[in-house]
Amino acid sequence: MSGASVAAGLGPWIGRLGLKRRHLPLAATIGLFLLLFGGAGYHFDGFFTAQNFLNLLIDNAFLLITAIGMTFVIISGGIDLSVGSVIALTTMVSATLMQGHGWSPSLAIPVVLLMGAGIGLAMGLIIQYFNIQAFIVTLAGMFLTRGLCYLISLESITIDNDFYIEVSSYRIPLLFETSITWNVVIGMALLVIAIYLAHFTRFGRTVYAIGGSEQSAVLMGLPVPRTKVLIYTFSGFCSAMAGIAFTFYMGSGYALHAQGIEMDAIAAVVIGGTLLTGGSGTVIGTLFGVLICGTIQSIITYDGTLSSWWTKIVIGLLLLIACLLQRIFERSTRRG
Amino acid sequence: VNAPVVDSLRRLTRRSSFWPLAILGLLLLFNLVTNSQFFSITVLDGHLYGNLIDILNRGAPLMIISMGLTLVIATHGIDISVGAVVAISGAVAAALIGGQLVMSGGTGMQDVTQVPLPLVILGALGVALAFGAWNGALVSLAGMQPIIATLILLVMGRGVAQLITEGQIITIYYSPYYVIGNGFLLGIPVSLYITAGVGAILWLVTRKTALGMFIEAIGINPLASRLTGIRARTITLACYAVCGLCAGIAGLIVSSDVKSADGNNAGLLVELDAILAVVLGGTSLSGGKFTLLGSVIGALIIQTLTNTILMSGVQAQYNLVVKAVFVLIVSILQADKVRNLIGLQSRRRGPASP
Repeated sequence: MSGASVAAGLGPWIGRLGLKRRHLPLAATIGLFLLLFGGAGYHFDGFFTAQNFLNLLIDNAFLLITAIGMTFVIISGGIDLSVGSVIALTTMVSATLMQGHGWSPSLAIPVVLLMGAGIGLAMGLIIQYFNIQAFIVTLAGMFLTRGLCYLISLESITIDNDFYIEVSSYRIPLLFETSITWNVVIGMALLVIAIYLAHFTRFGRTVYAIGGSEQSAVLMGLPVPRTKVLIYTFSGFCSAMAGIAFTFYMGSGYALHAQGIEMDAIAAVVIGGTLLTGGSGTVIGTLFGVLICGTIQSIITYDGTLSSWWTKIVIGLLLLIACLLQRIFERSTRRG
Repeated sequence: VNAPVVDSLRRLTRRSSFWPLAILGLLLLFNLVTNSQFFSITVLDGHLYGNLIDILNRGAPLMIISMGLTLVIATHGIDISVGAVVAISGAVAAALIGGQLVMSGGTGMQDVTQVPLPLVILGALGVALAFGAWNGALVSLAGMQPIIATLILLVMGRGVAQLITEGQIITIYYSPYYVIGNGFLLGIPVSLYITAGVGAILWLVTRKTALGMFIEAIGINPLASRLTGIRARTITLACYAVCGLCAGIAGLIVSSDVKSADGNNAGLLVELDAILAVVLGGTSLSGGKFTLLGSVIGALIIQTLTNTILMSGVQAQYNLVVKAVFVLIVSILQADKVRNLIGLQSRRRGPASP
């Protein structure tokens, strides 16, 4: 199990060209990304640059962070619809604490992270101990957290804290005159941690086992209840982290921030090769899922003649193709 | 404790429509206590007015969508794209009518439409039906998980609606179209006749033929139902198509009510309200037994809750919080553990899948 998951996560990286069946979704995702990015680079002048690639990460860091948490939830066979609202609540609470109450970021950031994890913990406990579908509980969580945002304020709150302005405008220089933002650093750090969690820890193996068959996981003596609660706690934590990245990116707290981002995150995870039935998927695939969604968005921006709603249509189509491929893949493995 | 009383009480609470009706009753009672005028219905210009009429009228789209969704959920499916279909249907109708304002004589507006009204309605409903069938085909023919199949349309649908309206909010300047969502017939809102009609047709088709039983069989065990000769794929596809159609009808009512088509906001989050309505009504998300009446009651609970919040002087922003807490309490009360704890046997135990 452990070796298999490690290979599933790092397969293409350790250079095993004889790809195994289970690596196919990930390989397809990476291939699609290269095709899209390369194709756009061929078509548009000045698209195929290192900085433009990094811009994908800069503009979608918060989506990546959200999608990482969502990956664990989906691999375990669950779903978390509350992520967008938790992001919005995080931006609201940080803005209120710093602007209204004069808290320092060093205090406000840990508080909102704890809050996000707490919301996830509460939902996980309800899902596990009352045996209610994750769908319903996180839906209620979505309403509740979005509603709490409205209670705090209906207006957008601009953050003029020095630290926030410093962090959001600072560009970390890289080679060849490229640069990234702190958000990218946060996203990449979380990605590394998530890969470690998924493929090298007991927790990660239990998540895959629950997704494969919860009943078998219980019978195997795995700590299923604890792990399920932890999965939603982690997702809540990631959403809060994404909320902080979103606050850096937007520079404000607003109740209507990040609406519908749960669907973008789910789409990125699925396009990244994770099965929505659970039990199979990789965190690194999610990175490429996010990059694909980002590339589509920037292609449409670059083109200029296409309206922004085409983004949704194309991402929907990709989601469709990804799902159909997954079905074909599932059928062929069952026969083989 | 008196044994027969407890026994009959237990039998009463086990009836599928007991809990939804009890919740609705409690909500209405709360309203009566806080506002003695709540139940008064007045006649104004030959139309009925009052809080109850308002709840029924505003709840009509949700009731219709919930009934369609009930059939899908009964097949152990889900349709989260209904809100997008509401937007698409309204957009198609508005695009067919065409958004030109033609003034006549400087005072009143002239009713101009590019396409006759029956064709407008047929066109919008046809598109909605097609999108529903598309969902159904993905689920029953391609074998996709329902939540994903409909997620695709949820993601794409608003884009499609925007495409139809070309990114604008199309205002409808054709007054006969307003009748659908705003009109009155014999003092009663037209939308209620539509709701009743949809309900009657669905009830007749599912309860006066074996179709309803087939749908339940598919929801309980698709493989076994197919082996017994039920055309599971066709019926599943049809359920999704009907759900799309219901969302389309709701889209017509909504766009007629607000006299415009807004690709971004029409029917936003209505899928969540509809799912809650179905669950509150007593249809299990794990499929099988369904109750159309329960879903209608569920929709009325949600609409009453919304109206109660708005009327009780609480600020509108509390709406979501109250709704969320309410949903959590109700679903926790419906959980097996709590039922066993308070001495009620669980009606059924479904697998804990999303």
